[in-house]
Amino acid sequence: MTTIINFFIIVLICTGVIFSAVTALGLVRLPDVYTRTHAASKSATLGVLCVLAGVFLHFWLKENHFNPQLIIAIAFLFITSPVSGHLIGRASYVAGIKLAKETVRDDLKGVIGPEANKKK
Amino acid sequence: MRTNDVMLQTATKVVTFIILMFAVHIFFAGHYTPGGGFVGGLLTASAIVLLMLAFDIETVKKIIPFNYVMMTAIGLLLALATAGASIFFNVPFFTHAYDYFHLPLFGKTSLHSAALFDLGVYLVVVGVTMTIIQTIGEDE
Repeated sequence: MTTIINFFIIVLICTGVIFSAVTALGLVRLPDVYTRTHAASKSATLGVLCVLAGVFLHFWLKENHFNPQLIIAIAFLFITSPVSGHLIGRASYVAGIKLAKETVRDDLKGVIGPEANKKK
Repeated sequence: MRTNDVMLQTATKVVTFIILMFAVHIFFAGHYTPGGGFVGGLLTASAIVLLMLAFDIETVKKIIPFNYVMMTAIGLLLALATAGASIFFNVPFFTHAYDYFHLPLFGKTSLHSAALFDLGVYLVVVGVTMTIIQTIGEDE
């Protein structure tokens, strides 16, 4: 039983660490703000959630301490982190930051952003 | 241009209650675990600031019609009264007391007068933080 518990805890925490490392790599390697917020908000959320779930399982099953704060933290981060990514992306679009030059189409052009402001 | 912040407002409606609940938990858990009046007060203030960010300062004032200066004063008075009440029992200033009570839902609970002092700290922290932020935010 202990082996199975240990296995799950190690898998969860390792997944979290790997996803956090992928986030850092994405922040360095991706070309513009929008792809970077994509990396930061998605994989960082999953990474942190996995680490928290691993910690929760460790304290619950091995130390016999059920900690509901970790569940609340998981729910909280799951709600807030994508919203913050969305807000950063939107704010940078409205501020008129250029898209990467590989961009094929831009559906928001003329709807929000500096061009729409100029029209009115 | 009218900004569209449905995402922020919807997330705020859910998240504010989580933060407020967590603030109350931190406040009451302060005696035995990390936490207490100061952190609980800051968390409550941050929940109200989040509401102010998502909506606007007038709406939040209508929802939560507190005078934060009065709140600070009540907190200070509460802390002073808790500390001064010890004089009437012939013990030194700031001596706290506790006893065990049988409450209807909680069962045997130890109630400590330090919690009242902490409530004063909580009110002062919420009041001062919100006064600072409201005064700066309303500046035209």
